[in-house]
Amino acid sequence: MATTPISVTVDQIFILLRDWLTHFLPETLRPFANVVLGVVAIACVFPGLFALTTVFERKGLGRMQNRLGPNRVGPFGFFQPIADGIKSLTKEDIVPLNADAVVHFLAPLLLVVAVFMGFAVLPVGRNMVLVDMDAGLLFFFAMGASTELSIFMAGWSSRNKYSILGAMRAIAQMISYEVPLLLSSVTVVMITGSLSLTRIVEAQNQYTGIFPHWYVFTPWGLASFLMFAIAATAETNRTPFDLPEGESELVAGYFTEYSGFKFALFFLGEYLGMFSIAGLGATLFWGGWSAPLSILNFVPSWIWFFSKDMAAIFVFIWMRGTLPRLRQDQLMNFAWKFVLPFTLLNLMVTALWRFMEGGWLRWVVCSVILAGAYVLMGRTAMHRKHFGPRSYRYAE
Amino acid sequence: METWLAAYELRAGGSIRRIALLGEGIVKGMLETAKNFAGSFVSEERLTTVEYPEQRIPTAENARVFPFLVYDGPEWQAGLRCVACQICEKECPPKCIYIEKSKDKKPDYVGKMQIYPARFDIDVSVCMSCQICVEVCPFEAIKMNTEFELATDDRFGGLLLDKEKLAQSNEYYHKIHPTEASEVDARLAEEKAKVEAKAKAAAEAAAAKAAAAAAAPKPDAPAAGGD
Amino acid sequence: MSVVFYALAALTVAGGLGAVLLKNTVHAALAVAVAFAGLALLFLSLDAQFAGFAQILVYVGAVAILVVFAILLTRASETPAGGVFSSSWLAGLAIAAGVFAVLGWAVLGSAQALPLSAVAPSATVHDIGVALVGRYVLPLEIVALLLTAATIGAVIVALHEKERTR
Repeated sequence: MATTPISVTVDQIFILLRDWLTHFLPETLRPFANVVLGVVAIACVFPGLFALTTVFERKGLGRMQNRLGPNRVGPFGFFQPIADGIKSLTKEDIVPLNADAVVHFLAPLLLVVAVFMGFAVLPVGRNMVLVDMDAGLLFFFAMGASTELSIFMAGWSSRNKYSILGAMRAIAQMISYEVPLLLSSVTVVMITGSLSLTRIVEAQNQYTGIFPHWYVFTPWGLASFLMFAIAATAETNRTPFDLPEGESELVAGYFTEYSGFKFALFFLGEYLGMFSIAGLGATLFWGGWSAPLSILNFVPSWIWFFSKDMAAIFVFIWMRGTLPRLRQDQLMNFAWKFVLPFTLLNLMVTALWRFMEGGWLRWVVCSVILAGAYVLMGRTAMHRKHFGPRSYRYAE
Repeated sequence: METWLAAYELRAGGSIRRIALLGEGIVKGMLETAKNFAGSFVSEERLTTVEYPEQRIPTAENARVFPFLVYDGPEWQAGLRCVACQICEKECPPKCIYIEKSKDKKPDYVGKMQIYPARFDIDVSVCMSCQICVEVCPFEAIKMNTEFELATDDRFGGLLLDKEKLAQSNEYYHKIHPTEASEVDARLAEEKAKVEAKAKAAAEAAAAKAAAAAAAPKPDAPAAGGD
Repeated sequence: MSVVFYALAALTVAGGLGAVLLKNTVHAALAVAVAFAGLALLFLSLDAQFAGFAQILVYVGAVAILVVFAILLTRASETPAGGVFSSSWLAGLAIAAGVFAVLGWAVLGSAQALPLSAVAPSATVHDIGVALVGRYVLPLEIVALLLTAATIGAVIVALHEKERTR
C-alpha cells in the first residue's frame, strides 16, 4: 500500500479534487456530477496525450532514421500538434459527389465514440475507474468490435475502389486478430476468476519480498502478453500490420476521401485506440497501476499506469521505425497459422498452471511446453510460400 | 548476440544445424534502431542532419552554379578582363548571354587597347551551368561562381544579372577556387611576361637599329630609309 | 416502464423498420446494426451485463460485419431492379401477423406467471459460467461442434487447390 499520508494524498489527489468539487452540489446530483467530471478528465487527458504522442512519434522515428524530427514550431518542435490541429481545422472539408453523405459523416463519429467508451473501464489509478463494471473486460472488447463497423462505413461510403479495398483488408485483419486478442486475455481471466479489470489489478498488486505478482512474469503470462501485443498491433493498424492505411499501397485506404477535421478524427481515433489497448495490456499483464517493486509504492499509482502506457507507446513507435509492412496474405497466415494455435495452446498451459498447485515444477513444465511450442510452430511460420498458378474450385 | 537467440536442431547423422528462431530478425532490427535512436543524441554519424539555413555544408572547390566576370585590380570597370569577343555568347547552348560591344577601347592586362562590353547580361533563370562559356573564353574572363542562394521575388528582372552584378574581383576568384585561380594567374603572368619580353626585345632591336643608324655614315637618304 | 425503456424500444423498432424499408442495402444493414445495439442497451437496462456486452460483441461486432461483407462480395449492393417489396406481400403479412400473435400470447402469458418484480434476479458472469459448464454443458458442446463444422466448411471453401493435371 501507499504508505505515508503524503503519498496517499498525492495518490488519491484526483479523487479528492473531484470530491471537493462535487460537495457543492446536492446529494442527488453527486453521482451524476462524478461521472461528468470523470468524462471531462478522460476527454482532456487522452487527447492531450495524443497531441504529445504525435510529436514524440515524429521525433522518435526521425532519430531512429538518423534525422531530426520537426523542430521549428516551438521549443524542439513540441508545439507541432497545435500547428497540425489548426491546419486540419481550417482545411476544406471535401465530400465526394458520389459519396454516401450521411454514412460518410457518421463513420469517424462512430469510431471516436467507440474508442472513447473503451476508456471508461480502464483503472487509471487506485480507486480511479470511471465505471467499475463486473464485466469490464467484455465491455472493452465489445467497444473494440464496434470500431470495425465504422471502418467499413468509412470505406464503403467513399465509393472509391481504394477505400473499399482498404476497408475490406482492414476488417479482415481486425477480425482475424480479434480471436487471439480475446483468447490471450481469457488466460488472465481464468487465473484471476473475474472479468472486472479492478479485480485483475488488485490480484496483481501483491508482492513476494519486493517482487510483484504481475502476470507477465509467469510463463503463460509472458506468452499471453506477446500474443496480446501482436494482436493489439494488428487491431490498431500499426506497422507492421498497417497495410490498410499504408500510403504506398492503397493511397490511404479507407481514409482516402477524408480531409480536414474528419481525417483528424480518424487519426485521433486510431491513436486513442492505441492508448486504450496499451492501457488494457498494462492492466492485464503488467499490473495496471501497481508499482514494480514494493519499495516504490510511494510513487502515485496513476504515474505508474501512465508510465506503462507510454512505455507501450514507445515500443509501438520503435516497431514502426524498425519493421517493414506485412503483406495481406502474410499477416493472415501469421494470424491463423501461428498466433491462434499458440494462444489455444497457451490457454491449455494456463489451465495446467492453475491445476498444478504452487512450487517450481509448474514453472518448469509450463516454460518448457511454451518454449518448445514456440520453436516448433515458429519453424512452420518461417516457411516461404511458393506461388504457382491458382485454380478455382467453384469457378469452373 | 546471435548465439543466445539461436535454436539448434539435431539432424539425422549427428550434425547440429542452427535454425532461425521466429522473431530473431525483429529483435536484431529493434536493437539496431535503438542504437540509432540513442546514438543520435551523442554521435555525429548517427545524426547526419545539417540544419539549413542555420548551418551550411561548405561547398566543394569544384562546385559550379552560374558564371561571373573576373576583374583585376581595385576598379571593376577598368580591370574587367572581358574584351567582348562574343565567343561565349555564340557557344552558349540556351543563349542566355547578351553582349553589346563598346565604341571606345581600354587597355587590358598587358597594356594592349581592347574593346570592352558595354552591356553583358546573363539570364541565370535560363543558364544551365554547363560551363561551356568558361571553357571557350580565350581571355580567362568568365568563370563559374559558387553562390546559389539567388532566389528572389522579382519575377521580371530579378534573375537577369548585368555587368555590375556579374563582376567579381580576382581575390574573390582566389577565395572560391584557389587552385584554379592560381593556375589562371600563373598562365596570365606567363603571357604577360612573354609579351613584355617580346616588347623588350622589339624595343632593344629598335633601339639597336636606331643606334646603328645614328652611328653609321649616311650615304644616301633613300637607301637608309629603305632599310 | 420508464423513459429509458421507451427510448430504447423506439430506437430498436426504428432500426428494424429501417432494415425493412430502406432501399439501399448497405443502409439497411447498418439499420440492422442499430437494432442490435438497441437490443444490447435494453439488456443493459435490465442489468444483464453479460448478455448486453455479448450482444454487442457478437452481433454488432461480428454478425453485422458478416452481413455487410455478404453484401459487399455479392451484387446485392445495387438496388434491385424489381423493387424491394415482394409480390406476395399478402401472404407475408398473414404469416407475420400469425407469428406476432403467438409471441404476444407467450409473453403476456408469462407476464401473468412472473409478476413485475422490483429486484432483478442476479445473474453475474460467475453464475452464467457455472451454469454453462454445469447444467447446460450439453448445449455448449453441441454449439462448439456446430462452430467447428462451420470453421472446417469455411476452410474447405477457401482452400487452395492442389495442382490439377489438365
